[in-house]
This record gives sequence, C-alpha cells and structure tokens, in this order.
Amino acid sequence: MFTAQEWTAIALSLKVGAIATVASLPVAIAVAWLLARGRFPGKALVDGLVHLPLVLPPVVTGWLLLLTFGRRAPIGAFLAEHFGLVFSFRWTGAALAAAVMGFPLMVRAIRLSIEAIDERIEQAAASLGAPPLWVFATVTLPLAARGIAAGAVLAFAKALGEFGATITFVSNIPGQTQTIPAAIYTYTQTPGGDFGALKLSLVAAVLAFGALVASEIAVRRAGRPGVGG
Amino acid sequence: MIEVDVALARSDFTLRAAFTGGAGITALFGPSGCGKTTVIRLVAGLERPDRGRIALGATVLVDTERGVRLPAHRRRIGLVFQDAQLFPHLSVAGNLAYGRFFTPRAARRVEQARVVEVLGIGHLLARRPATLSGGERQRVAIGRALLTSPDLLLMDEPLAALDESRKLEILPFIEHLRDAFAIPILYVSHSVEEVARLASTVVKMEKGEVAGVGAPAEVLSPTRVATSIERFEAVSILTGRIAAVDAAYDVTTIEHPAGRIVVPGRLGPIGGAQRLTVGATEVTLARARGSETSVRTALTGRIEKVVADGGPFALVTLALDGGEKLHAYVTRLGFDALGLSVGDAVSALIKAVSIDERGLAGAEPEPARR
Repeated sequence: MFTAQEWTAIALSLKVGAIATVASLPVAIAVAWLLARGRFPGKALVDGLVHLPLVLPPVVTGWLLLLTFGRRAPIGAFLAEHFGLVFSFRWTGAALAAAVMGFPLMVRAIRLSIEAIDERIEQAAASLGAPPLWVFATVTLPLAARGIAAGAVLAFAKALGEFGATITFVSNIPGQTQTIPAAIYTYTQTPGGDFGALKLSLVAAVLAFGALVASEIAVRRAGRPGVGG
Repeated sequence: MIEVDVALARSDFTLRAAFTGGAGITALFGPSGCGKTTVIRLVAGLERPDRGRIALGATVLVDTERGVRLPAHRRRIGLVFQDAQLFPHLSVAGNLAYGRFFTPRAARRVEQARVVEVLGIGHLLARRPATLSGGERQRVAIGRALLTSPDLLLMDEPLAALDESRKLEILPFIEHLRDAFAIPILYVSHSVEEVARLASTVVKMEKGEVAGVGAPAEVLSPTRVATSIERFEAVSILTGRIAAVDAAYDVTTIEHPAGRIVVPGRLGPIGGAQRLTVGATEVTLARARGSETSVRTALTGRIEKVVADGGPFALVTLALDGGEKLHAYVTRLGFDALGLSVGDAVSALIKAVSIDERGLAGAEPEPARR
C-alpha cells in the first residue's frame, strides 16, 4: 500500500512531531507562566518574540534557523563541537524547525489556561504553607491541564504539517529530512504523482485527527477540573 | 496578638492603618472600598506595604525599615476568602490535607477529627468541591485553613457570598471554632449584625483609615443622625442573662438590669450570658410603660443625648439602668411631642419580632483557653 520511502516519511513525521512537542513543552509552560503571571520589564518584547514564528513567513524563520543553527553559524558550531548536536540537514533540524513553528501556538493555549485560574486559589495554597514551586506543581499545572493538552496537540499537528521552515532549514532529503508534507510536495512536482500525494494527504489528516482525539481522552482522564470552585 | 501599622498608596487609594488585635475575633468593619480587604492581604503577605510593620506575637512579618518581609507561605496564617477558593481538582479530603505536610510536627495542635466534627463536614470528605453547596464549600475552606494550626486566621467576608439561610448555617460554626480552637481571628465584614455578634474588638475603617477601635457596643454606636439608608444599620448591643424559656409561646426571657427582654425562639442554657443586637429604628420611646400594647419588652433608663440635624429624624441615646447604652431613631416630631429632654427617665419599648434570632443564637464569647 505504501512504498518504503512513504513509510519512512510517515515514521519520520511522527518522530519529528513527537520530539518537537515533548522537548518544547516544558519551555512553553515556563514561558506561558512568565507571560501570564510575571511582572517584569520587557514582557511585551518577550511576548512579541514568542509570537514571531506565527507571523513571519515560514521561509524566513527557516532561513533564520539556518543562520543561527547552521554548521558554520555561531550557535550551531558551538553545539556541534561541544555536544555533538548537529541540526542542519538532519532530522533533528526538522524537529527544531517544527518546535519553533509550533511554539507560539503551544504558549498561547497554555497561557490562556493559566490566566483563567483565579490567582487567589494559588494564594490560598501559599497561605496553607506551600512554597511557590509546590503551588505551581500541585495547583497551577493540574488546573491548566486542559490548556497544556490543547497546546501540545496544536503543536504536534503543526509539526506534522510544517513545511516552509523545514524545507528551508534542512531541505527535502528522502530518509533524512523528508517529512510527509515534503513528500507530498515532491509527488506534486512529479508527473503521475497525484495518487501518492492523495495517499499521504489522507495519512496526514488521519494523524492530525487522531492526535485531537487522543488529547481529548487524556484531558478527560486527568480528572475533571469542573466548573466553579 | 497581631500588631498592624502600615501605609500604602495606590493610584486610586491610600491606606494608613494602625491597630492591635487580641484573642477572640477582631473585626475589620467598614463599607466596601474602605481598605479592610487590603489590610487582610497585607497581613497574609499577598501585598507589600510602602511603609510599616506587621508583627504576629514575637514574629515580625513585615518591617519595611529593617527590610524584613516573610513570604506568605512561611507566615503560618490561615486565610479564608469570600468565595471558598477550594482546589477543584482535589476531593474535600484532599483539600483538607493540603497544608498538613507544611505544618511542622511540633506545631500541629489542631486535630483533623475535631475540625471535621466541629464543622460537620464528615459526610463530604469524598466529594469534589464542584458538588458542594456554597455553605459547605465555605466550611471546608475554614477547615482547610484551620488544619495548618495557624497562629492567626484571616477571614475576608466569609459570609458575603452566601444567601441568608447559608449565613445562618455558617455563623454558629465560626462562633464555635472561635471558642473551640483558641485561634485569634481577624474578620473582615461590612455587616453590622455579623460584627456585633462575633467580635470582641472592632476596628472601624473609613476611606483607608482607622476611624475607631474598641468593643462592639462602643464602636458600632451611631454618633450622628444617619442618612436615610444608614439608619437601618445603626444598632445597640446589650448583654443579659438567659432567665427563662417559655415553651408554650416559644420565647425566651432575658434578664437585663434595665428590665426583661423577650426574644423569639428557645435559647439556652439558663443562666448563660447572651449578647443582643437591637436596631435603632426598632426602639419606641414612652414616658411610662403603657399596658395597652403588645410589646413585652420595656427597658428603663435616662436620656443621655439627643442629636438632631433639622431633618426628619432624631437620634436619642439612652443610658439604661445598669450602664449600657441604647440608641433609638425616632422622628423629631414624635420626640418633641413627648416633651422629654436630657436627663429625664424614659421607657424604651422593643418589639420581640424585631430582634433578629440570628443575632441571638450565639453565646457571649468566653475568654480564650489555651
């Protein structure tokens, strides 16, 4: 039904999406909390930076990534030398591009859910003797669970569909960096490739829908932080 | 003992408050926007004052001059909000247990079983907050705060969000815990009935400043002819002893130096001290106790002061036999028709039905036990 190359693209897409989502989630939660609760100078600037990938043309984001994390770029060279972490033209680069592109969506969803928590419920926890980190872990996080799940799904779906930044940053190398969208693009550029494009498009739709259902189930399992309080 | 002396300025509001609260319930009383909730938040450590010092016993919580500021979670002060703010993702038992881990073993003097019993929440332990009534939530919130064995309990309008019948449900619990756990309470309220019933000390606040500190009977006394709405909030507080219960008519007689006071309902125990709240608009003045009226309560005293501002009303303050003060709002017309003046003996008639039972169900606070 699928060719070996198609299977590779599907597996790679899943891997890239999962890694991008899992790796960026803790950072996104921290940034979302800072933006929701923090009072510091330059908050508007941080907010703007976080949202940048959402409004920039993806190809620009991809090119900026190349400038920053490329083999000879300052950060890219440093990471390659000290941690053996190479991004350019590798699947890790695709994951990085997907993470960056999905980051604003993730932060947005989590931030909204944190802002929806009445600050006094956290203050109540503090008055019971809980230090700030404990309050965050036992009150803020559970109450923001829906937003976190929603943010993770959005970011994962975005990662599955991410094309522009990825292809600019890590190109379209079958078996290396060719994710589902890149494979579809290749099919559309090949005479008689319509059937292949259709197959992979269906796969993309099923995966995105599956992620949505999975998150819905996860949220319901994670206790119902019912209405009122 | 809590000592507060703070100043704070916001763009739309300034606060300068200094007072000391002792054992029992210290009420912060005043209209909305007078700064009483801000005082609570300063004491809890949720806000910082521009200048000042707050000390709880020997512990300095805030001292801006010395640069001391204890964070909220290390103050050992319980906090009860107007709306309970329970943790919606935890059961009632989980809510109650939340603070336990942070209470040093040596400081745990409030037992869970006792709290559950006093607040009557044993049947709720497995439930989620969303399934509780407003009154039940508030009881759980009080229990949650109590279980950390706090050195001080802050209650910010704990009854304001509840309807009348729920208030009646909670009030006795608050009285009971005041007497049962010997934890001093700082209680914010704008309800004169609550304050008159619960407080041993009242701190009256107006526009961000302390307008008076003292016993409820002194501080809550009206001092001027009130505006048309305020006059219904003017009260006198009398203390008597329960003398007899008439089961046939379902009334209780309370012995007071100035006469017998009949109130609805059965109060007990016989001989116990009883605090009463009498609205100033519910008092009728008479030269002598007339027999041809349905009023059963007539207190004797002398007119101490009459305040009138040329409007329709006069505020008459009586010194009752035994020394307590009773305030009466009457029309100026009616008072002049009586032909009385300061120093004259007078009879004050009070309708039993106007004495609200809920102002009565609680006994006089006993000295705190340790």
